[in-house]
Amino acid sequence: MYSKIIGAGFYVPDNMVKNEFFESFLDTNDEWISSRTGIKSRFFSKGENTSDLGTKAAEMALGESGLKADELDMIVFATMTPDMYMPSTACIVKKNIGAEKAFAFDIGAACSGFMYALTVASQFIENGSVRNALVIGGEVMSKALDFSDRSTAVLFGDGAGAVVLAASQEPGIIKSYLGAKDDSKLSLVLEALPVENPFVAKAEGSTNKLAMEGREVFKFSTQVVGQAIDEVLKDTGYGYEDVKMIIPHQANYRLIDYAIGKNKNLQDKFYLNVDRYGNTSAGSVAIALSEVRQKGLLKPGDLIILLGFGGGFTWGSLLIKI
Amino acid sequence: MEEKIKEILAEELSVDIGEINLETNLKDDLNADSIDMMQVIDVLEQEFDVEVDTSELANIQTVGDILKYIESRK
Repeated sequence: MYSKIIGAGFYVPDNMVKNEFFESFLDTNDEWISSRTGIKSRFFSKGENTSDLGTKAAEMALGESGLKADELDMIVFATMTPDMYMPSTACIVKKNIGAEKAFAFDIGAACSGFMYALTVASQFIENGSVRNALVIGGEVMSKALDFSDRSTAVLFGDGAGAVVLAASQEPGIIKSYLGAKDDSKLSLVLEALPVENPFVAKAEGSTNKLAMEGREVFKFSTQVVGQAIDEVLKDTGYGYEDVKMIIPHQANYRLIDYAIGKNKNLQDKFYLNVDRYGNTSAGSVAIALSEVRQKGLLKPGDLIILLGFGGGFTWGSLLIKI
Repeated sequence: MEEKIKEILAEELSVDIGEINLETNLKDDLNADSIDMMQVIDVLEQEFDVEVDTSELANIQTVGDILKYIESRK
């Protein structure tokens, strides 16, 4: 039994924020941001939380799939910016869309989260324990940003993407490859609750804001892009030439350009939309996948690779037949 | 080694190798921005099998600085 993508959807808040927005309160400008990152604009929430974005993406994906919410057996939501620790974002979406029989849980693998979530859901389908799964990647990154830090505030955006996976006799997800390695210098961090109780005073200096040490992240990311492509193709019988499109995590145009620079025959296969959305973490690959389907850039039988990398460090790639 | 460093800089920063000497400042003379710097250091690390600590990056400003740094780690 295979798992196949039968619908996709995405949603971003109705509030596009251009680079110029940051000029009034940070020492930065449009030229600085766009020349270093490729980012021109992103979307920021005006109140919607992660489950709201995920719900709208899920409704669009369900619409495309032709399934009804009560036919879903399982909901997996990849996010590092949940509405709450409890209930999970997946459970909130379950209630919102009326997926009565689905079990639901969140997955945390930062910007690789959608790859992890797709892999987990596809395993449930392939082993026959569920038929239909909803997989969502989404974030409200803006609530985790330090808007006094120009090195991170300009990079991220809010948004969610979703796919419906269904059991199929024909190949859909052909192979997935996941990895993780110790971010020993804690170069990509978003802290959760510090230990604070009758025995422990709150630690000084703990924040709930994202912090990043750019160079360590650059080194890790550029190493792993090529590796994740090679590993997901290995032993499948497929090569670079068979792949129609590669949808990478939309982190930074320059980073991706450098990472694939040594692999010239792959360069024109990469789909990038970081200029319009910024880095939406677990949302990015899901949003881009839905966008390319909506634009009609893929047809049945096309082979694509989804590729994520980020905090943890984590990475993951999937080889998928549309 | 000096020649190889110049070749790498010319390639990565798309500048003429003739413009590069030991006194050339990467940011001021070759217009390297922060992403260019990470990229150049990454290529140098692989080429010369050295690890440049992030805390030392601020001390690497000219081609001569790169040469000195790599020689001291060899």
